[in-house]
Amino acid sequence: MSHLPKIGRRGLLLGLTAMAATARARLAFAETTPATATAGESRLVVIILRGAMDGMAALAPYGDPAYRELRGGIALPEPGQEQGLLDCGGFFGLNPQLATLHRFFREGTLLPVHAVAGPYRNRSHFEAQDLLESGASERLSSGWLNRALVGLPEAPPGKPETGLALGLDLPLLMRGPQRVGMWAPPRPVRPPPDLYARMAELLHADPALGPAVADGMRARGYATAVLGQKRDLRGGFVALAGIAGKLLATPEGPRVAAMELGGWDTHADQSRRLGPVLGQLDAGMSALQAQLRGAWSKTAVLVMTEFGRTVRVNGAGGTDHGTGGVAFLLGGAVAGGRVLADWPGLAEGQLFEKRDLQPTRDLRAVAKALLRDHLRLPAGAVAAAFPGSGAVAPEAGLFRA
Amino acid sequence: MDTRPLQAAIRFGLGPRPDQPLPADPLAWLDAQIEAEDTPPPPPQDFEIPPGTVEGYRIWREKIDAQRAMRDTRDTVWFLVRDEAAAMFGWCIDTPAPYRERLVDFWTNHFTVSRRGGDAVSCVLGAYIREAIRPHVTGRFADMLVAVIKHPAMLGYLDQASSVGPGSPYGRKRGRGLNENLARELLELHTLSPAAGYTQEDVVQCARLLTGWGTELRNEPVGTVFRASSHEPGPKTVLGRRFEEGPEATEALLRFLADHPATQRHLAAKLVRHFVADDPPPQAVSRIAGLLRDTGGDLRAVAAALPRLPAAWDPPFSKLRSPADLITAVFRAGGAAGASTGQAALSACALLNQPFWSAPQPNGWPDQAADWLGPEAAMQRLDWLYDAAGRFGRLDPMQVLETSLGPLAPRDTLQAVRGAGSTREALALLFASPEFQRR
Repeated sequence: MSHLPKIGRRGLLLGLTAMAATARARLAFAETTPATATAGESRLVVIILRGAMDGMAALAPYGDPAYRELRGGIALPEPGQEQGLLDCGGFFGLNPQLATLHRFFREGTLLPVHAVAGPYRNRSHFEAQDLLESGASERLSSGWLNRALVGLPEAPPGKPETGLALGLDLPLLMRGPQRVGMWAPPRPVRPPPDLYARMAELLHADPALGPAVADGMRARGYATAVLGQKRDLRGGFVALAGIAGKLLATPEGPRVAAMELGGWDTHADQSRRLGPVLGQLDAGMSALQAQLRGAWSKTAVLVMTEFGRTVRVNGAGGTDHGTGGVAFLLGGAVAGGRVLADWPGLAEGQLFEKRDLQPTRDLRAVAKALLRDHLRLPAGAVAAAFPGSGAVAPEAGLFRA
Repeated sequence: MDTRPLQAAIRFGLGPRPDQPLPADPLAWLDAQIEAEDTPPPPPQDFEIPPGTVEGYRIWREKIDAQRAMRDTRDTVWFLVRDEAAAMFGWCIDTPAPYRERLVDFWTNHFTVSRRGGDAVSCVLGAYIREAIRPHVTGRFADMLVAVIKHPAMLGYLDQASSVGPGSPYGRKRGRGLNENLARELLELHTLSPAAGYTQEDVVQCARLLTGWGTELRNEPVGTVFRASSHEPGPKTVLGRRFEEGPEATEALLRFLADHPATQRHLAAKLVRHFVADDPPPQAVSRIAGLLRDTGGDLRAVAAALPRLPAAWDPPFSKLRSPADLITAVFRAGGAAGASTGQAALSACALLNQPFWSAPQPNGWPDQAADWLGPEAAMQRLDWLYDAAGRFGRLDPMQVLETSLGPLAPRDTLQAVRGAGSTREALALLFASPEFQRR
């Protein structure tokens, strides 16, 4: 366990502030300082998608004969058609919003895992998320990623903690005995730039507020030219993902980061609602890769959600809470370019409780492989992260040698 | 369509609430609020009745004694102030009689006592407003002035307790002298204003006259005391008027100052600036000053006259909402319950540079738009409004717009709110609109 004095965390936060303000200088520093080889050169990012991502929409089994009928109005066009799926080997296709992930697939650094689930079989978001993060069949007060960090080398005195959580809350995944660093955007959360732009436009003619806001925008560095541009999706997650990449790339920075993205609970109007969230995930991964630079080759990212959704479209053009779903493993360290799935099929008799995708792979097998083969944690540390999972062997061959 | 009911709720109230229908007759609605008995805020958390001066000092003594004994270091005075402020702020969010609260706020700010005066002042701040301000907002200005100047909160805040007549027995024995602070602010801020042309000698005479008044924090009876041994002997002359030795002279001086034409002009200008425009129209000021003169400083008459000034209705939105007013209006527009949002509102005030009861100086919070709109301050308003909009994700933004601006929303604001991509953005745009930031 780490017993760094408070200054360690404070130093981290101060460093981050400086980094946000003077990104260029810090990047130059990163380029000229030779990376110190330590035991902890591997980078791991775990992303929790809260609300249950529809795996069938993220990675559609368009080759399954039952796919189109079950999905009805939310079935996606086949690869090659307008707004069609992005093909991953002739049976599965990525949602067209996931262009970056498809590039990773073609580059061999994306490994989608389909028909996957943890051991939990009920359909409560909050229970399922707690167990997803606890790494156990009951809710624990600590998360599996935190317990795994105990097995990693200590951060040198005065240096950032090995683990880093990004966002306002420390997720259960990262809570526990091991100290972790936190990075949160400044409070209050600022409006996205295009909203500032619309506010400024609305206030433009006001004799007092107009000039004050115009000056304020200039002082904060929102150039008018940028504001005039059309709306982009660069909200909180994409920015956080970029910051995570920047920090993980730092030679003596953190090695393990956790973040989360909500908005996946698409009970209605899924075709319209899912696109922006998938787009954020995709843009976030693009930002993460860009900021990791050379460290990308040593990085593995696990994108996971609490469960999948019903295979049938519901009456509101959405999907309800299900069981089997999709996880993504991506990064330069990942042996990807293929889909990892024992496809259970979508025929009536093949579904779980006649409604959900039957899980054929335990998510813990993937997570345990991450700890054993990517972070190279000893068996004891892996077991401590996932207590009671002795029967679930780590999945072999997920990482490049 | 008659927009005056809505304007009344915005200009003279604290912003409309969805659960408070607009009045049919705005003037009758405002009149009723000043005719009715005062409904004070609920007592702060954990109190059955609001703590008075005696209770406030008891809490202060406990804290000081515990500190001296190195025992308990909980900041009980801060808890008291915080809970008092939260209860009062919560009441502003809830109240169906917002005009009365606006008047309380105006006079509390006119007679600023700030937490910056320290614990011995903070511990009686809530009591000060209850005892010296609220009973008089529809009474006589002179009575309020007497209650304020003799209240231990003001005596403590403006250092009167440490002012000793140099010729008094105590002063001669200890070689102590005057502290002019209260005397100066009394003339400059509370009554005449420098426009009256008083001199330094008037300030000194006034300070001599006030000697003897102080506060007793420990020994019964606690509160305001007059210590004859510190009182400067002999008559004093302020603005050419002679006052005799003794404690009675204080009230005589205060009533003289309250009725002074310079005081009437000063108060009228401040009132009109607060309720009508940053640059108070001279006609309106004359009208209110004349009313103060003709009625002997009847604040009920003044409160009834302010909404009857033609300038108070045209143009609308001539005043910028101060941070505290903006925050209150947001919570009211969202239909929030004061009991559960008072604390959040307090934090927001601190964030937007108007920490509750903590005005930097005895002249209180400023009352002109320019004072609140530095470029970064203007941006922080937008940031907080976006943050606050996140609280009301379950509301229909068009309904909130209808409640808060109704037919007063211009097309641009309407379109911006309607065209927003999410409830939060829609509400953020509504709250940030020029109309919502103004009153």
